[in-house]
Amino acid sequence: MRANDAYISIQAVSKHFGPVRAVDDISIDIRSGEFFSLLGASGCGKTTLLRMIAGFESPTHGEIVIEGVPMSQVPPYRRPTNMVFQNYAIFPHLTVSKNLAYGLRYEKIDKAEMNTRVGEALEMVKLGGFGARRSHELSGGQRQRVALARALIKRPKVLLLDEPLGALDKKLRADMQLELRALQESVGITFIFVTHDQEEAMTLSDRIAVMSHGQVLQIASPKELYNRPVNVEVADFIGQMNFIDASVSRMSGERAELDTAGLGRISAPTGEASFFQEGDAIVVAIRPEKLTLSGDRNGGREGVQGVMRAATYLGDRSHYYVDLPGREEPLVVAGSDSGPMDHDPLERGSPVLVSWADDALVLLPRDEALASASREESSSNGT
Amino acid sequence: MSEISYIQRPNRPLHVYAFGYIAFLYIPVLFLPLFSFNDSIYFAFPIEEFTTEWYRQMFEHQAMHAALANSLKVGAVASVLATVLGVFGAKAVTRYRIPGKKSLIFVIMLPLVVPGILLGVALLLMLSRLGITLSLYTVTMGHVLICTPFAMATLIPRFEGFDRAMEEASADLGANAWSTFWRVTLPMVLPGVVASLLLCFTISFDEFIIAFMLTGTDPTLPIFMYSQLRFPARLPPTVALGSIIIFVSFVVLCFSLWLRRYGVEESASDGVRP
Repeated sequence: MRANDAYISIQAVSKHFGPVRAVDDISIDIRSGEFFSLLGASGCGKTTLLRMIAGFESPTHGEIVIEGVPMSQVPPYRRPTNMVFQNYAIFPHLTVSKNLAYGLRYEKIDKAEMNTRVGEALEMVKLGGFGARRSHELSGGQRQRVALARALIKRPKVLLLDEPLGALDKKLRADMQLELRALQESVGITFIFVTHDQEEAMTLSDRIAVMSHGQVLQIASPKELYNRPVNVEVADFIGQMNFIDASVSRMSGERAELDTAGLGRISAPTGEASFFQEGDAIVVAIRPEKLTLSGDRNGGREGVQGVMRAATYLGDRSHYYVDLPGREEPLVVAGSDSGPMDHDPLERGSPVLVSWADDALVLLPRDEALASASREESSSNGT
Repeated sequence: MSEISYIQRPNRPLHVYAFGYIAFLYIPVLFLPLFSFNDSIYFAFPIEEFTTEWYRQMFEHQAMHAALANSLKVGAVASVLATVLGVFGAKAVTRYRIPGKKSLIFVIMLPLVVPGILLGVALLLMLSRLGITLSLYTVTMGHVLICTPFAMATLIPRFEGFDRAMEEASADLGANAWSTFWRVTLPMVLPGVVASLLLCFTISFDEFIIAFMLTGTDPTLPIFMYSQLRFPARLPPTVALGSIIIFVSFVVLCFSLWLRRYGVEESASDGVRP
């Protein structure tokens, strides 16, 4: 992206709390009208970054520029941003209408227009008739809408959302995701959305910045993040992934021959990956749903022989765990509900053939510390 | 299986102890209203005839009225000043990163544990050194000093009890710090402010030692009452007033406790907590 495309430009921003680098030299350019997500586990610095954009924290280094105006000297109450807080922060001593009108007092508009705008905002979030209620008389979803309306009524250039759906139950969250996306498309303003829920980020966003330990690991569209993660940590954070240690034995043009632990010697397209040379140790990543299982070796397909260890039924799909020779962890293979081979039930201990398409292989640099840490985390999360 | 859990089972000795404790606390106080209707200038049994004579005398007693007015003035001013200081102090220690915050709070709370007589003597020495004439102003000042810790103790939980994001939301919506204080912070701590006013007023109203040290020619009510002890004939109207004050204090105290509790419950149901 060219610099002049950037609507919000986060330029080498750091935030230190004592010895802790909550945000460590982050640069992001966000386009106008974009639904941009900051995704990461708790403590990765995403909320701190959002609070710096809102003006509640000031960067230790760097500058945040919105529409060409540097923000470091601008207090929160003069910024063209509004925020939806994690716990909504609806003023309990005011009614819903007064909550919405709260910020309008600082704009030079008369009483009649104020009332019109409050009415419109209530309609927009489908809370017509709720104006006289107070915060404790609303459900979680309704509070969320009030918080959204209260921020949008100010017609901000940028709407900041700090895990706004985190407190809602799963069903309501899915509904609100759809509504939020529809709302963003209709009002057309830039949304910056903080979440730790990768599925939510994937559903909503135009682009996602995956963050870890105060740094940005990758900025990309959901599709690109899923299919072309740049490192093991991103690959592990977004969806489920099999990681296979490999070493590069030979490179020829666009392809490389790899010696892998479990899949044997395979050939993979290198694509744009050019971080390795012959002899380097790397990691091969494969999504469970890009692997295929079959019961025998006579189908004429290439593949690797393994032994079925276990299967878990997840409703819309099943996960099969396959032991491969030379590999401790089982390989996870996803199949549809009926199973990949319903004519031949996959029993524990039965031999299976695992195969994959060429483009299923993602080659990643091996970062020992990173890889083992993220694997520990994922196993403790039970994902 | 018993319907009542172990912890809820009646415990006879504890009941006796609790009743004994309450009796020890309040029976002496209840003698005051009892004797205020007794037709004798001596506090002694047996009770003689019922009379409202002391209450009639009380209403005609000019010096007592003046003392009561002094106490009301001192109490009103001291409670307002202490509460204002308490609001700012509580906001400061709960909202800002202050180096040495713990020791700061300790210093503010210190008058709670320093004996009143020492505080009174110290203030008296200082004021006479400075050549300041003793008056109701000096009494008020002394009372602000002892009331501020109570105001802080009442207000700090209120400030801690509400989500900081409320004030941030206000700033986010365009309100500067001043506006945020008046439109969000103050309304949300208001029950605490009222509780603090009532508490401080009660403390100032019956405070004796510091008032005794710092008062000039205008006595406050406790000092006036003490001075009446020496003359048996003058005591009964004072006892009548005392009875009224006990009743009023009781009502005010209950109200302030209720307010404090009401406030906490309300803010606890403010919203989803992380």
